[in-house]
Amino acid sequence: MKTTLLQLFLHLLLLFSLSPLLAGVIGKTKALFAGRIGPPFLQLYFDIWKLISKRLVLSRTTTWIFRVGPVTGLVVPVLAALLIPFGAIGAPISFNGDLIFFVYLFGLSRFFIASSALDTGSAFEGMGAVREVTYSCLAEPTILLSFIVLARLSGSLSLDAMFGQTLAASWHTAAPSLLLILACMFLVTLVENCRIPFDDPNTHLELTMIHEVMVLDHSGPDFGMILYGAAMKLFVLGALVVGLLVPDTTGNMALDILLFTVCMLVLAVLVGVVESTIARLRLIRIPQLLVGGMLLSFFSLILLLR
Amino acid sequence: MNNTANLLLLLVVMLNFFILGSSRLGSNIRTIAIQGGMLSLLPVLAHGFSNHTVFLAVAAFLLKGIAIPYLLFRAVRQVHIGREIQPLFGYVPTLILGTLATAASFIFSDRLPLVAEHNLSLFVPVGLATLATGFLLLITRRKAINQVIGYLIFENGIFIFGMLLTEAMPLMVESGVLLDLLVAVFIMVIVMHQIKREFSTINIDQLTSLKE
Repeated sequence: MKTTLLQLFLHLLLLFSLSPLLAGVIGKTKALFAGRIGPPFLQLYFDIWKLISKRLVLSRTTTWIFRVGPVTGLVVPVLAALLIPFGAIGAPISFNGDLIFFVYLFGLSRFFIASSALDTGSAFEGMGAVREVTYSCLAEPTILLSFIVLARLSGSLSLDAMFGQTLAASWHTAAPSLLLILACMFLVTLVENCRIPFDDPNTHLELTMIHEVMVLDHSGPDFGMILYGAAMKLFVLGALVVGLLVPDTTGNMALDILLFTVCMLVLAVLVGVVESTIARLRLIRIPQLLVGGMLLSFFSLILLLR
Repeated sequence: MNNTANLLLLLVVMLNFFILGSSRLGSNIRTIAIQGGMLSLLPVLAHGFSNHTVFLAVAAFLLKGIAIPYLLFRAVRQVHIGREIQPLFGYVPTLILGTLATAASFIFSDRLPLVAEHNLSLFVPVGLATLATGFLLLITRRKAINQVIGYLIFENGIFIFGMLLTEAMPLMVESGVLLDLLVAVFIMVIVMHQIKREFSTINIDQLTSLKE
């Protein structure tokens, strides 16, 4: 009981304290590529703090749904994070079939954020909501198929076991499938967090942007919640990629946490490199890439099952 | 050693998918060059070093990796086209069909009564999948150059199958096949150039109607 409480504490501590740092690392990497100094690593912490201490402005056309969006956007990543292991720290909550729960938790937050965007009655935000939903419904099969492959490899239906001890052994027996899954997971991480090549998180005035346009009407603490929730979502999905790539544990708790943290930061640098070297895809090419990712995960399942 | 061969074959499948989903002729030709170059390593990887395999590898590399892509690039420059504008099928449906065909060939090859040593190797399924990809390209693309690329992928599939027989097949037969391939591409490129000059298009569906 004591160890689980400690686990839970460490888990949440890592999640709450580290997730905004990832955005800072991505920003620094991009600035480095562009030859700028860039915002400080802790910029997102300052932003969130600033937004939380601001006043809330609500449009008269909005209803209670508008307030629910940011709350689910904040709570869902926390719940989802409790289902997956962070490096050697096992998942605090784990039950049979929680992989489906994990996927649909994100579905829930997407539903409410999209609804709150529609609730403003702005055509522009509605367009963003439509795009977000379209892309995620193309990304969902990819992540489910990847989970099925992992479930098949570990013989278990809970995320904790899928990313647990058996994964290291599976890398010896089914490396090709796992490599494909890794690529798919990275793709899903990029699309779910609206990074380049699917969406440019920096733009605020373009007709092609997706996520940013949905949250234009949110202000003050609500917007802070959305930013924090988005940072934690990146952290959770990134933790899946890292957990897949580095399944080994050293046995020492402190070392493991350090290893996990370093891997997460390296992942953030990688995302920054991708964003600096690749241009955003044309809108009509994005579904093509997403379907490609889906087919890749399907192929890796076939490869495993034969 | 066999692991390297398997990895190479998986990369070949990935390149198949890439070609099915991409519209640019330039990148398609580059991909076919990479695929050919990788396949030319297979004889050595699958059967070890010997005069026979090394000769086959070098010949295949020179032809598939260098000579044929060079010819195709020249053809693209001569007929001034950059990309497939309107394929008969969309790219996403083609990609889905290609994946289904690949999956089917993996499942089908498990059912085949193969020799025990080939039972788990990827040669047969990847060969079948590459053949299917070639077929799909031949069916769905309109530009003559993409048809040539489909034909080349088709030939790559046969090459992968041939790897299983390298021990048994005499050198003369294989070098004959490779030479045939070069000549075929050579002729296709020339024909394409002629077609372009006569009809000012290389869309194949316009070649079906007769002219006075």
